[in-house]
Amino acid sequence: MVEKPVGPEASFEERLRAARGKQGLDKPPPAPAGGGNPWGIGMRVGVELLSALVIAVGIGLLLDRWLHTLPLFLILFVLLGGAAGILNVWRMFAPPRQVTPK
Amino acid sequence: MESSAPPPTIDALGQFRLEPVLGVLGEHIRFSQSNMMMVIAGLLILGILLVGMRPKAVVPDRLQALAEMSYQGLMDMCIDQIGPEGKQFFPFVFTLFTFILFGNLLGLLPFSFTFTSHIAVTFSLALIVFVVFTAVAIYIHKWHFFSYFFPKGAPVALAPLIVPVEIISYLSRLVSLPVRLFANMVAGHVMFEVFATFTVLLGGAGLIGGVAAIFPLGINVILMGFELLVAFLQAYVFAILTCIYLHDAVHLH
Repeated sequence: MVEKPVGPEASFEERLRAARGKQGLDKPPPAPAGGGNPWGIGMRVGVELLSALVIAVGIGLLLDRWLHTLPLFLILFVLLGGAAGILNVWRMFAPPRQVTPK
Repeated sequence: MESSAPPPTIDALGQFRLEPVLGVLGEHIRFSQSNMMMVIAGLLILGILLVGMRPKAVVPDRLQALAEMSYQGLMDMCIDQIGPEGKQFFPFVFTLFTFILFGNLLGLLPFSFTFTSHIAVTFSLALIVFVVFTAVAIYIHKWHFFSYFFPKGAPVALAPLIVPVEIISYLSRLVSLPVRLFANMVAGHVMFEVFATFTVLLGGAGLIGGVAAIFPLGINVILMGFELLVAFLQAYVFAILTCIYLHDAVHLH
């Protein structure tokens, strides 16, 4: 947690936050993206991309087996799986959604 | 961990083999060391909570502080991540977190076994999580749940593209959640085994080898510290992702 010197002109909220931070009352915001470690982030991105692709290939193969259209759905779902993987990674780094007020 | 003397080659995956324990009885009911570590982990968690909370002191001793801090920390995490409804899911998240954490930590002890290093175990845990958050979403939102797969405000013409992508993205949690935990645990233990075997092989190669064997030994010491971090971090990541998914289930988007 970065501590900035807070003068008396700062708002009450800011001073309260600084004081709470100094006392360790507020935990640092959790970092779901692998804890900030670049290897961890790289690992998470890889897993997200791959898992979407695995699921998509699975769905594509199942649809093909069911409808006897072998390469058609596989090709389609590989593309969709790639897109879903990118979507997962985007969600990972996108600014957090507004937290519902308590 | 390797229990017998290491063979002359690097057998990095032998440590993950399941062997029946408890003699004849274990062989008949297929009770492996993995199952035994699960039972031990469960009993340890229960023991720490029960024994720790027995004094009910205002100023807690170490064990009570441990029990209270883990309770409070996870309760805060549930409420922060899920919202006020998070309290209902606290027992679930607490059980998951402590079970995985003890599995990871117990696996670092010599002669023990890391049950979280098997994809079957982590996948089963993730499947439970997946079923729970999907059931919660359907229970709360009924048919409205399916609007999850089509974000509000998106052009209807793009539905054939967005809906499959969102469904794949939703289902991919079922793969990414277990694979992350499993891959981290396997990678750490394979590295232990590799460097430990280096140490033994070098140690058997005369005086120079004996001196050089200090280096892989030192790496293993550093690795142990790192693996302690990973054990904690992966249990935390699993728990917090469960919370995030439950948040999505409770609030949809």
